[in-house]
Amino acid sequence: MDYFLTEEQQMIKELAARIADEKIAPVAIQYDEEGRFPHDIVKVLAESDLCGVYIPEEYGGLGGGVFAMALVVEELSRACGGISLAFAGTGLGTYPIILFGNDEQKQKYLPDIAAGRKLAAFGLTEADAGSDAAGIRTTAVQDGDEYILNGTKQWITNGEEADIFTIIACTDRSRGARGFSAFIVEKGTPGFSFGKKENKMGIRASCTSELIFENCRIPKANLLGREGMGFLVAMKTLDRTRPGVAAQALGIAQGAFDEALKYSRQRVQFGQPISSFQAIQHMLADMAIQIEAARALVYQTCRYIDSGAKDFSKESAMCKVFASDTAMKVTTDAVQILGGYGYMKEYPVEKRMRDAKITQIYEGTNQIQRNVIALELIKGLSKK
Amino acid sequence: MNIVVCVKQVPGTTEVKMNRETNTIIREGVEAIINPFDMHAVEEGLRIRERLGGKVTVISMGIPSVAELLKTTIGLGADDAVLLSDKAFAGADTLATSYALSMGIRKIGNVGLVICGKQATDGDTAQVGPSLAEKLGWPHTTYVRKIEEISENSIRCQRMTDDGYEVIEMPLPAVITVVKEINEPRLPSLKNMMRAKKAVVTVWTADDVGADKNLCGLKGSPTQVIETFVPVHEVKSEMIEGDAEEQARKLVDKLMSMRFPVGGC
Repeated sequence: MDYFLTEEQQMIKELAARIADEKIAPVAIQYDEEGRFPHDIVKVLAESDLCGVYIPEEYGGLGGGVFAMALVVEELSRACGGISLAFAGTGLGTYPIILFGNDEQKQKYLPDIAAGRKLAAFGLTEADAGSDAAGIRTTAVQDGDEYILNGTKQWITNGEEADIFTIIACTDRSRGARGFSAFIVEKGTPGFSFGKKENKMGIRASCTSELIFENCRIPKANLLGREGMGFLVAMKTLDRTRPGVAAQALGIAQGAFDEALKYSRQRVQFGQPISSFQAIQHMLADMAIQIEAARALVYQTCRYIDSGAKDFSKESAMCKVFASDTAMKVTTDAVQILGGYGYMKEYPVEKRMRDAKITQIYEGTNQIQRNVIALELIKGLSKK
Repeated sequence: MNIVVCVKQVPGTTEVKMNRETNTIIREGVEAIINPFDMHAVEEGLRIRERLGGKVTVISMGIPSVAELLKTTIGLGADDAVLLSDKAFAGADTLATSYALSMGIRKIGNVGLVICGKQATDGDTAQVGPSLAEKLGWPHTTYVRKIEEISENSIRCQRMTDDGYEVIEMPLPAVITVVKEINEPRLPSLKNMMRAKKAVVTVWTADDVGADKNLCGLKGSPTQVIETFVPVHEVKSEMIEGDAEEQARKLVDKLMSMRFPVGGC
């Protein structure tokens, strides 16, 4: 399918695809097995100028928006949905600064991220605040020119590998969701440490850690937007990064499909390649249909967001749900097509099935996404 | 330091097919790539520039379409690309090629170092690098696997040999040819790819570089290809049947009849 990408988008996609094929694919199984963070791949991404594709040009990026980010995530995830997170997780940590940072904050942090010198992370989730983000316990109390942070963030992508963190904390408990604020916290700030590093089912080359704040003092200048805007910062950020999760799911699905198709041509049973059996052919056809439909939805959502649209929570949630459900289905079917081999770690599809699962869970479970979609539908009806 | 890297377009396959009528390589239908050894030469040029500053110019002699291929080296970070393209250059052997390249390099001017891949994957002669150095009147070192030290005036490099390496120091300007062990070529960067899209490859004819046409192309090539053929490799095999003992006996009889010495061990 020709998606009429611009010359620049085509170039971004091709370059990311080369990195995926030449640099990531050969190490994906090993890094997954060892749970090794891909510092070497981050260096390659930096040298290729890909780290800043979504960051505005005035801050050292390419200004390619959400679409450029999604194209990179999709291609990298085709080779490894875990390694791609070093890039995608940084996008999640960076968008709050792009959207709500003042010029000083942008000047200070964005060029380093765009150049790949620094990675970012986003700290919202806590032990008791997942789908119910309003249950955040981490507090930020103003003390003169500083805020004092206390609390623990959980399951933070890029965790201890990141340098710049955007943290959502409670500044006024009495105001509920309007009592949260967003802050930039730098690694190495006294009182900021890392706790448990998670041992995960999939995306094992990505680092997922606990962030611990114990009387961590940060300058008041690190407040993003105004006090009370934290929930808005989180929601507006997630609206822009969910297509990134969708792109990750899309890439994982495409990678699994490519392997299944290739295998079906090579594997001979009953004297012929299994691709000649209709049972396999129909599975392959269904997988291809779902992937293409997911891609069309993801790309169009990205275009819509980058066009300057104001409200796109519904579309963003839709593409995340559809692409992640597709990834789960396609990777499961890919394992089925490879049969016993598909279940073995030496073959490259069981990993993709493990990697796919998280895309239905994080940045808002697919159940929460459906809530968002339904709510928007009903809101839309009442506006008429 | 101004560096010139010589690259050649080759077929992107190890199965080179020949046209038996014209004794030339069939290039139609085969993807054209830059000779893989030359990619290491480009990488080394870029690394030296990163250390010493200056410019990296990539040069090739070939048909006009090679210009597109040269742009990929700009995508890697080369500053300029020059293509020597002229009917007068057609049919060149390694001598005529190195003459043409030497004239191009003279026209570029103020060059401190020329880097070539050790050989091209289609011709496999490894002659152009050294021959080019002779034409330029500069010293050269072939099969360089590492540059130990380089300044504006001299270079010290390790030359790979069958059983180790030699350390060779030369004054600059000079020519080196490199082996793939010298580095790992980088991937292009987005900004350089965008620059490459807009870049214009300079095309020079024989007249532009002031070349004597009698020394160019077919006219300037003492090498004449009389015939090309793929050597026939035939292996006759015979299956020996029977149980192990019987097979062993038959094999010994066979070898004895062929007068191979058969003894105990």
